[in-house]
Amino acid sequence: MKKKLLKSVALLLVIPGLFLLFSCAETEVQSTTPDAPKAQASEEAEEAGKAVADEEAAREAAQRAIEEEAIRKEQESARNMFISEDVYFDYDDSSLKSEAQSLLQRKGVWLRNNQEASIVIEGHCDERGTTEYNLALGDRRANSVKSFFVDMGIAASRLSTISYGEEMPVDTGSNADAWAKNRRAHFSIK
Amino acid sequence: MRKLIHTNQNHPVSILILAVFLFSFIFPAYAEAKYDYIDITNPFIKKIPIAVPSFKEMADNSEALKKAGEAAELLSETLDFTGYFKIIDKGAFLANLKKAGISEAQINFRDWTTIGAELLVTGGISITGDRVKMEICLFDTFKAKRLIGKKYTGGISDQRRMIRRFCNEVIYLLTGSHGIFDSKIAFVSTSTGKKEIYICDFDGYSPRRITQSNSISLSPAWSSDGIWLAYTSYSRGKPDLFIKNLKEKRGAVVAKPGINITPAWVPGKFALAATLSFSGDPEIYMLTGTGKIIKRLTRRWGIDVSPSFSPDGRKMVFVSKRSGTPQLYILDLNSDRTERLTYQGKYNTTPSWSPRGDKIAYSALENGNFNIYVIGTDGENLTPLTHNAGDNESPTWSPDGSLIAFSSTRGGVSRIYVMTSYGTEQRRLLSMPGEQTNPKWSPKNIAN
Repeated sequence: MKKKLLKSVALLLVIPGLFLLFSCAETEVQSTTPDAPKAQASEEAEEAGKAVADEEAAREAAQRAIEEEAIRKEQESARNMFISEDVYFDYDDSSLKSEAQSLLQRKGVWLRNNQEASIVIEGHCDERGTTEYNLALGDRRANSVKSFFVDMGIAASRLSTISYGEEMPVDTGSNADAWAKNRRAHFSIK
Repeated sequence: MRKLIHTNQNHPVSILILAVFLFSFIFPAYAEAKYDYIDITNPFIKKIPIAVPSFKEMADNSEALKKAGEAAELLSETLDFTGYFKIIDKGAFLANLKKAGISEAQINFRDWTTIGAELLVTGGISITGDRVKMEICLFDTFKAKRLIGKKYTGGISDQRRMIRRFCNEVIYLLTGSHGIFDSKIAFVSTSTGKKEIYICDFDGYSPRRITQSNSISLSPAWSSDGIWLAYTSYSRGKPDLFIKNLKEKRGAVVAKPGINITPAWVPGKFALAATLSFSGDPEIYMLTGTGKIIKRLTRRWGIDVSPSFSPDGRKMVFVSKRSGTPQLYILDLNSDRTERLTYQGKYNTTPSWSPRGDKIAYSALENGNFNIYVIGTDGENLTPLTHNAGDNESPTWSPDGSLIAFSSTRGGVSRIYVMTSYGTEQRRLLSMPGEQTNPKWSPKNIAN
């Protein structure tokens, strides 16, 4: 009886062992035998993949180009905005009004993001007032703007000023609208 | 025969050689009584009626005939410019001097007193080749006396200068003050499309361009010897101060960062004040004639601009915004004390100190227009000189203090006008294309 039990135990151990062996062998066989056909398939897949990758890369490049173009455009428009948007002043005044300050805040950010840019701040006046005094007033206006940027941490060496007094009006009319447009600080990038 | 020009000029005159004969000296009695004729400190002066008949042509040729008419006309215009005279219409004349003769003995003074002439100028002219000879006399018709008699010879083109020289004698005799007929006016004109600096004679004659900046040139200022002209120009891209020798091609440039503007020479010195903003704020500095900073004159935050010196050079009037609006202040250069001069109005600029030292002319904004005012240096006697005639700016005194030139938009665009220092006799000075602004009268003798 005892012998029968041992046999059974041994069998119990052997059978799974055989099974294991078998299964190991089978796994081996499976993994090693179909070499050639597999390679071919993988080549095909690779080719297909490559085409897909190429396509994707092209798409990505195009996307990148679009994005770059968008960034460039954005930068250009930011630059243009920097140049085209003037800051306006009250009559015989060189202090910065609140709308002027928020505009200058935006311009200051642009200056921060474009460290290589040096700018010229032009101070202008309307025709009312004497030529000489207006040259000084235009200088004060340009310097008010410069001080604002310096307070934002922009290096003074990047900021130069020039006063044109009343010599270069954008609107040559003699009315309140024209005067308001002419009392300005204008910007250019060196 | 003396080969020099008979004036009190203290510099040599090289271009023009005039031979002047004094064939008669001023009678001592008249020299003593000269202030009886015109008191230029009186704003209500009565104009002296004066007759200036056509000059007599001493040599009989058509060129002399033409010049004889021109000479009398020019002499009338020159005297009329001062505002001291009433030129009697030729149509009223009873005597024909061409027949009667021009010497004292030949003149029937009653012919002239009858038509109200208190003074009479007679002249004779002869032309030989390109040389012109003139004899000109001034008579007191009521006293039947000759006051001045002069002979001049020179080239035909010198005729204008001979007549001006004679007019200088007339004004000196009648007012005790030297005439303005050798003075010039610098100004800014846009005739070429750009603002350039020009210089013309006192009466607007023969304007010539001084700058070729092809940009913006502004604020001419004469040194008191008339040799140097300082001005601001953008010819290097920004407002720099140029100090230019008018005779030689040399000078200096003050080109500090910011503005370099509104020069004014110190009387009798090779030094000038100007507004510079390199410190970040427009302040007035004293500079040498070569453009080196001597010292800073103003020390207040905000605009300080447009200096003008008293004739003794001890004080300087200027524009400052230190009280919130542009007003005139006087700085005493010795004590370094500054006092405010103007309190009326909110915009008082472009001051000009009178050559006699007692007044300051300036431009004030009121009801939307600029007008010329004069104010005593003590702040008293504020008087408007212009009204209801566009914008009137940049007053500048004639060297004898009798006239003020200024710019005005009364006829549309800005032009140069002139008036007496009391605001009477306002008239346009010159006719040029473009706009004219910023006149600055020279010292009394400017040789070309």
